[in-house]
Amino acid sequence: MNSTKQYIIEEILSNPRKDFSNVDLVKELKRELITKPVIFIGTGTCGLGAGADKTMIAVKTYLKATKIEADIIETGCIGLCSSEPLMDVQLPGHNRVCFENATADKVEDILDSILKAKSEVKEQSVLCQFKSKENHKWDGIPDINDLAFFKPQFRIVLKNCGIVNPISIDEYIASGGYTGFLNLIKTKNSEEVCDLVEKSGLRGRGGGGFLTGKKWKFALNTSAEQKYLICNADEGDPGAFMDRAVIEGDPHRLIEGMAIAAYGIGATKSYVYIRAEYPLAIKRLNIALQQAREYGLLGDNVFGSNVNFEIKVKTGAGAFVCGEETALINSIEGKRGMPRPRPPFPAVSGLFGKPTIINNVESLSNLPFIIKEGEDKFAAIGTEKSKGTKVFALSGKITKTGLVEIPMGTSVREVLFDIAGGVPNNKKFKSVQIGGPSGGCITEQNLDIPIEYESLIEVGAMMGSGGLVVMDEDTCMVDVAKFFMDFIQRESCGKCIPCREGTRRMLEILEDITHKPHHNGKHEALRRFKGVTQLERLGKVIKETSLCGLGQTAPNPVLSTIKWFREEYEEHIFERKCSANVCTELRVFTIDVDACTGCTICAKKCPTDAIIGSRKAPHFIVDDKCIACGTCFDVCKFNAITIS
Amino acid sequence: MKQILEKYKEAERDSLIPILQEVQEKEGYLSENALVEIGELLNLPVSKIFGVATFYNQFRFQPKGKHHIQVCRGTACHVLGSANVLQELEKTLKIKNEETSRDGNFSLEVVACIGACGLAPVISINGEFHAKVTSSSIKEIIDNLKEK
Amino acid sequence: MKIKVNNKTIEANNGETILDALNREGIKVPTLCHLKNMMPTGACRMCVVEDVNSGKLITSCSSPVYEGLEVNTHSARVNESRKTIVELLLSNHPDDCLYCVRNGNCELQGLSEELSITERRIRGRKNKQPLDRSSASIVRDPEKCILCGRCVRICEEVMGVACIDFVQRGNQTVVGTAFDKGLNTSSCVNCGQCIMVCPTGALTEKNHFAEIKQALQNPEIKVAIQYAPSISISIAEEFGMEPGLDINGIMNAAIRKIGFDYVFDTSFGADLTIMEESSELIHRILNKGKLPLITSCCPGWVKYAEEFAPDFIDNISSCKSPQQMTGAVIKSYFIDKENIPQDKLYSVAIMPCTAKKFEGQREEMTQNGISDVDAVLTTREFVKFIKMYGIDIHNLNAEVANNPLGSRTSAGKLFGTTGGVAEAAIRTAHYKLTGKELIEFKITALRDFKNRKETKIQIGDLELGVAVVNGLANAKKLLDEIREGRSDIHFIEIMACPGGCVGGGGQPIKMDEEAIRIRAKSLYNIDDKESIKVSHKNPDVQKLYADFLEEPLSAKSHELLHTHYQKREVII
Repeated sequence: MNSTKQYIIEEILSNPRKDFSNVDLVKELKRELITKPVIFIGTGTCGLGAGADKTMIAVKTYLKATKIEADIIETGCIGLCSSEPLMDVQLPGHNRVCFENATADKVEDILDSILKAKSEVKEQSVLCQFKSKENHKWDGIPDINDLAFFKPQFRIVLKNCGIVNPISIDEYIASGGYTGFLNLIKTKNSEEVCDLVEKSGLRGRGGGGFLTGKKWKFALNTSAEQKYLICNADEGDPGAFMDRAVIEGDPHRLIEGMAIAAYGIGATKSYVYIRAEYPLAIKRLNIALQQAREYGLLGDNVFGSNVNFEIKVKTGAGAFVCGEETALINSIEGKRGMPRPRPPFPAVSGLFGKPTIINNVESLSNLPFIIKEGEDKFAAIGTEKSKGTKVFALSGKITKTGLVEIPMGTSVREVLFDIAGGVPNNKKFKSVQIGGPSGGCITEQNLDIPIEYESLIEVGAMMGSGGLVVMDEDTCMVDVAKFFMDFIQRESCGKCIPCREGTRRMLEILEDITHKPHHNGKHEALRRFKGVTQLERLGKVIKETSLCGLGQTAPNPVLSTIKWFREEYEEHIFERKCSANVCTELRVFTIDVDACTGCTICAKKCPTDAIIGSRKAPHFIVDDKCIACGTCFDVCKFNAITIS
Repeated sequence: MKQILEKYKEAERDSLIPILQEVQEKEGYLSENALVEIGELLNLPVSKIFGVATFYNQFRFQPKGKHHIQVCRGTACHVLGSANVLQELEKTLKIKNEETSRDGNFSLEVVACIGACGLAPVISINGEFHAKVTSSSIKEIIDNLKEK
Repeated sequence: MKIKVNNKTIEANNGETILDALNREGIKVPTLCHLKNMMPTGACRMCVVEDVNSGKLITSCSSPVYEGLEVNTHSARVNESRKTIVELLLSNHPDDCLYCVRNGNCELQGLSEELSITERRIRGRKNKQPLDRSSASIVRDPEKCILCGRCVRICEEVMGVACIDFVQRGNQTVVGTAFDKGLNTSSCVNCGQCIMVCPTGALTEKNHFAEIKQALQNPEIKVAIQYAPSISISIAEEFGMEPGLDINGIMNAAIRKIGFDYVFDTSFGADLTIMEESSELIHRILNKGKLPLITSCCPGWVKYAEEFAPDFIDNISSCKSPQQMTGAVIKSYFIDKENIPQDKLYSVAIMPCTAKKFEGQREEMTQNGISDVDAVLTTREFVKFIKMYGIDIHNLNAEVANNPLGSRTSAGKLFGTTGGVAEAAIRTAHYKLTGKELIEFKITALRDFKNRKETKIQIGDLELGVAVVNGLANAKKLLDEIREGRSDIHFIEIMACPGGCVGGGGQPIKMDEEAIRIRAKSLYNIDDKESIKVSHKNPDVQKLYADFLEEPLSAKSHELLHTHYQKREVII
């Protein structure tokens, strides 16, 4: 065992209440004191997608060429995805500096600018610096906490993401990790742990919003010779990637959170159910778990206590419905991921028939803070009924895409416009979808509502997992409803009739509204209008009778868009028009007889032979055959085709 | 295949999905023979194994192409135009979702959200991500691959 | 405890579901995926009731009662929900009720009527799936399937076969075999229990009307028909008569009126089977042959053994089933006597069974390439036949079956119920071994309605170990015990269908356990009243041996009445 590890295990972990923050070794691990330059590259999935791997190669090439010795640390996502790849450089004695959009071609300039700097870093891609007590400040570079994107955030779950080396257990412990858990098992029993978590007000962050501590008590109070904890890392909501970021950026936080939860309910075995589409997260999690085992934090008789605890990783196989608790359990058991009727609830009879608690990644990642800083401190954040913070994933028509963690009670407007920079390209904001396929949309008039569980439900939306997809004037809300219903239809497990058949009919009605034919007989208009009434009727039955949360919330996006954007529906139905120009089949193509030269190219290319005309004579598009694909428009060299 | 069967010889039903995943990892897809052997290993009816395997998106019953393209159909990608990218791919490669081209070079798979929403629309080719693709940039990417 | 239902207070028991409490009170709530005595799956959502306390709709099949529970079973909200759910099903269902086998006896039709669905409010695309007509016994029509899952559960939990399961996901879900192949290549044993629980026409038996009608209409062909022991006591209720009533005589008359030339009773064949099988049993006991001897009259069990338990093939009796023995004797002894050329006799059987259709066309059941039995009708098909030919059951006089294959003892008749074959075999084995009849013919230990019954019979010095089991999943348990070394059993009767043939896959579809018990009771009543209760005293059987077969297990017997089975390679 090397001396660092030995010190950590024998001193820090064995004395969890003692403060080691002034020990040199700890300061080195926290990188408050360094002896040579450190280069941090954000290699989470977002970073890699933006080219961080090429950045890494460029950095290595640079260092070799300049013969400069520096450490390269791969971190996770700090949350500012629109600025990826992000590269930080910390010189001994100086604050760490962050550079945005650090693609491979810019590496040389960036590194030149800082490695050869004196007191200023003159580089366009400088974003911010990270202040620290021990080190010199750089002139002219804003502090990260002064940036509009970061200032209003309160980072509990994302605290280390993008900052630390995710697969260094030493770093995690140096900043206080795992000692909260070790102290807890020495000083409190399971019942007390459930109490304090309940007191903190932490509610399920996967969307359910149930009081976590209260849920734990159901399992704690059911006697069984085996209990299970499951971490739900299936994160299937399109538009949600916060769980991925936590696991890629700070897996030890999750592991500590799981250890705390398992102790609270008396579980000795647990699973992380993580979706297969997250290979990097799976890899880093496995490394972190192995480290935790080597340090004696997992296994039998953890640090001399009578706590036994082990974690296994199970990969999902591509089914959104497996994010639902009982479907997840079935999936782990090797069955089709179809939900079970409740009662019995998993807390009483779950995995293999034993009491099982399923918590979301974000819920679990809040626990180390609650245990270390105290439940009152957590309860002091947020609002009366929604305590703590929430991580949101921002995407769509928004300037700064990425992850933010804000105290509950922050208004939607503040998140979108103050933090994330509003809608780009001078487009008008239309709505923001919150809660994914289970949620609804928030419009201009509701932007000032505080983000909390109840207030969102009041306007027909839902917290969900925290995905915020922003839409502007170029988004068609009917198309959005159709998109979500299509998603639900593909992911529905098919077990219960209302969801399987009902959402299919709802999707067909939406398709009817957005597809040809685009002229309107009286009957067609009436039929489509009846379709909207049918949507509301079906939606109600599906919500009330579906077997699981997927079906019960499936109608939400449709009902929400009908509520707030009824005029768009009516425009599609009665005027057969899509103002946002998204519903392509509603477009009408006409050939301008004056401009048309009769070259016949469009007629030849038309996939449905909808264009007639002879050479050198003006051509004509037969409306009934036209599928509005736009090919003729693309190929016409004479601009003779107009779209309305 | 033999190694996997050996590794899991004491396994029970809860190992079914990991076994299927490992077999597909090694062989590229799930063949009839593979499922029959897994049935014997776990003492499960093959109809059940087939029922489980066909439930999940991940499992393929046809081999992958040399270049396996996954198109994300998450919300953000959709809002930023992934449907056009998919259409272009289907047109250029002449295959649909879950199909492999005749020459075995390309296969197409539409996947639920990859989780890189900040860089939408996203596609991944053999695991390598391409961000902010459009129907014209995808043409270029495919042409490059065809030349290889 | 006390709960409130529709504002009325009723009693409820701890641990039971709301549905159980409602059923006991006679309050009917519609269900579709519910199977009695099995865990609820909560798939159809039809049984929702309104929980006044929470304001939510909850499924009564899976929700337990609790003190203070208050529900409304038929509020407007509940009715609208149920109606919409059925309308959703109908929107993805073929519109061909009038052409469907289950017209008039379909649960979806029943619900549509009960909920007053009189207009098509929901329309949309329907799934297109091909028919699977590959099996000799069962036809699958996935377009009519409502995915209730009952067939899957029966096949897995009661039969232990599990040849079908849900495949794919969402609205693409179908009930299918491994790799979506035809039923005939799967491990299906043809028992037809899936048909018995199917609420619609998605599963039906292979229909053989056309070929039988053709034979009947051909003046050059003589058509013989035999009927299983269960038939005469299973059809009365289909004609408005008392359930379980034995209308054997009227049935003979009806059959002749339809135009069949010769009417025979398979119970005669059962007596014959007992003669052969009891000798086989004694032979194995005395000569240390393979024991336990297992019956072979159930073709579902035989196919199961070939696929799942080939290590027991040598235990199975080499005797053919009564259907096949009767068929073999008709096409040799009988046609010789009557001077009918073999190619001019068409042989039909009425069975409470779908697997018999498979058995009839097996290669092992042929003589020189000619099948012992040409076509098999299920009880259901037979009832339709009677109605199709306009026969007025109520105005017929009882007739007797043809001889020499028309007389039977009540031992043969008992074959129709679980434990009956064993009882009949014991009665004759006792006589053959000791020369004396049993003092008490009724072996009550084998008469209750459990899935598994065992008893020991003292026959001289021998303590004969007898086991009876019905439901193939139960059979597996017993076979496992024998594999582990159990050696006190000499004779095992295995019936695939719960309750034996009276609950067979070809019987009228009712979802009523009580109906099966009534039929079994009827057979026991016949046994009580019958004067000849033992197979070896059947005078026509004795004559058959004297004239033709010589003695049980003779070369002639072996040629006509015995066969062999072998391992079947299927995907299991």
